[in-house]
Amino acid sequence: MGNGLSDAIIGMREDEVLQIATRMLDGGTDPMEIISLCRGAMEVIGGGFEAGEYFLPDLIMSGEILSRIAEMVKPRIGEEAATLKLGKVLIGTVAGDIHDIGKNIVVFMLDAGGFDVHDLGVDVSPQAFVDRISELEPDIVGLSCLLTIAYEAMRKTVQAIVDAGLRDKVRIMVGGGTVDEQVRGYVGADGFGADAVAAVSLAKGWMGR
Amino acid sequence: MAVSSTQEKSYTERMQRINGAIELRQPDRVPIFLAFGLFPARYAGMTYEEAFFNLDGWLSANQKAIGDFEPDLYFQPGAAVITGGAVHETLQNRQLRLPGRELPPDVSFQFVEGEYMTAEEYDAFLTDPSDFAIRTYLPRVFGALEGLGYLPTLKSMVMGYAGAALSAMLSLPPIAAALDTLARAGEEAMRWTAGYMEFEKRMDALGFPAFSSSVTLAPFDLISDMLRGMRGAMLDMYRCPDKLIAAQEMLLPTLVDAPVLQAQMSGNPRVFIPLHRGADGFMSVEQFERFYWPGFRDLVLALIDAGLTPCPFFEGTYDQRLQYLRQFPPGKVAGIFDRSDLFKAKEIIGDVMCISGDMPLSLLQTGTPEQVREYAKKLIDVVGKGGGFIMNSNTVLDEADPGLLRVWVDFTREYGVYA
Repeated sequence: MGNGLSDAIIGMREDEVLQIATRMLDGGTDPMEIISLCRGAMEVIGGGFEAGEYFLPDLIMSGEILSRIAEMVKPRIGEEAATLKLGKVLIGTVAGDIHDIGKNIVVFMLDAGGFDVHDLGVDVSPQAFVDRISELEPDIVGLSCLLTIAYEAMRKTVQAIVDAGLRDKVRIMVGGGTVDEQVRGYVGADGFGADAVAAVSLAKGWMGR
Repeated sequence: MAVSSTQEKSYTERMQRINGAIELRQPDRVPIFLAFGLFPARYAGMTYEEAFFNLDGWLSANQKAIGDFEPDLYFQPGAAVITGGAVHETLQNRQLRLPGRELPPDVSFQFVEGEYMTAEEYDAFLTDPSDFAIRTYLPRVFGALEGLGYLPTLKSMVMGYAGAALSAMLSLPPIAAALDTLARAGEEAMRWTAGYMEFEKRMDALGFPAFSSSVTLAPFDLISDMLRGMRGAMLDMYRCPDKLIAAQEMLLPTLVDAPVLQAQMSGNPRVFIPLHRGADGFMSVEQFERFYWPGFRDLVLALIDAGLTPCPFFEGTYDQRLQYLRQFPPGKVAGIFDRSDLFKAKEIIGDVMCISGDMPLSLLQTGTPEQVREYAKKLIDVVGKGGGFIMNSNTVLDEADPGLLRVWVDFTREYGVYA
């Protein structure tokens, strides 16, 4: 039945996925096995996206299917186990910028790659980043922007993290649109990713994987 | 203003040049279309905020830019500031963030996409779109129109004298306030619109034709941009594909009629169609063929039937979709391209549609004069060969360097002459 679940996820057949998952859980399948099958399917879809075989509607749909499975599984294994992941990532588009397509792809790929991702959304102020870092204690902070004028907001966000005394507790990655090594240096981040796959490799590298 | 015979001659010459390129013939030289956007504001030393909120200042800035660079087509000033900031401010438009308001004074406006219609509401929308628009959609998009949500169903208006008492509803404070705001916003919009119409007449007389006076959207983009949001529309492809397609079919006549009416009022046949979600990378070719292309194709064909010239802006890259464009009749469409491979496009659709765009803003913003000339030369040599080409940037010139713009325009005027 496991293969059936993966195939249905990869084929974006939402109703079938939910039926199979329900049957598996009722039949006594270990919920962790279902999570692991989901992760495998997400990796296939993420790889297919990079290869130009899957597109945004597919990423969005499969993300939606997986969050519905997560809702089904959570009551049976508890919050703790459901979020047993490689590391915590806090991510958002910086102040003054409201573009989120690129950031959402990175969120999807990090999630598929086994990270516990917390998305602050768009137009996130430096203070909002600092507040959430204090609460959540993430391993990695991701700053995204599309507009070139948002470099300044990235720099201010990093500075606010320094001023709050949190800079040595997190690794900071930047990405989006026109961000490159030049921008990384300017804003004072630890790394940048040219695309979503680069972001995942960077994060895995930092977590020693 | 007295129109000199030279100015009249310039207008005629420019229109012949433009129409020659659109009809895939070889005009006297490569025409130049300057998609100014907000460039005239910076060029005249005013902020973007002033452009959005000071009509007279904004118009004289445009006149200065047009007079100094003398384009064969200029981008109409009204489109760059979405009619004008005060209109959106009065209506408390939640879909826009404006310079000098939610944004710093020197930052261009931003569009706030959202799910303004839920998937569950397709049925209500398909059954009675006007009722849905007025009582549900407008109150969500415009803060100042929330009162319209209190209106009785619009069908009740057919009750004749028996329903006249319903008009008492209009005095309910939230409804009255919404109607009052609508009237004020309408007056403001009319003031700006009249200003643009007068401006375009004045530019015509000086010999400068406007690119377009009307705009419309591909049916998929209307649903994705304005109603469901990208996420919503993409989930609909899986969860309710039939409704997504039915809504597009229902919207098509409106998307045709609106620009036809605008074109009749202005006398300008060119219809601007900025495309968003049909580009390579957003959806697969199969998804494009099922969900995007039919509505877009039918829109373009209907506009051609109405005697107009559709000018789609293919934002992003369309390299994988060029073959589809061969379904349009030759010499009727002027395509504006962003990052597609224009050299390849010339081969594939050069005998079908006039090609324009591609001159990279990155070069016009941060390049050297040599780089600008070199790129423009290649465009003229390859894409301009035999005609059917209009020189144009790949996106609006907002932040272009005036000196590099001058280099580009002068070079094209000189080197772009057909032998």
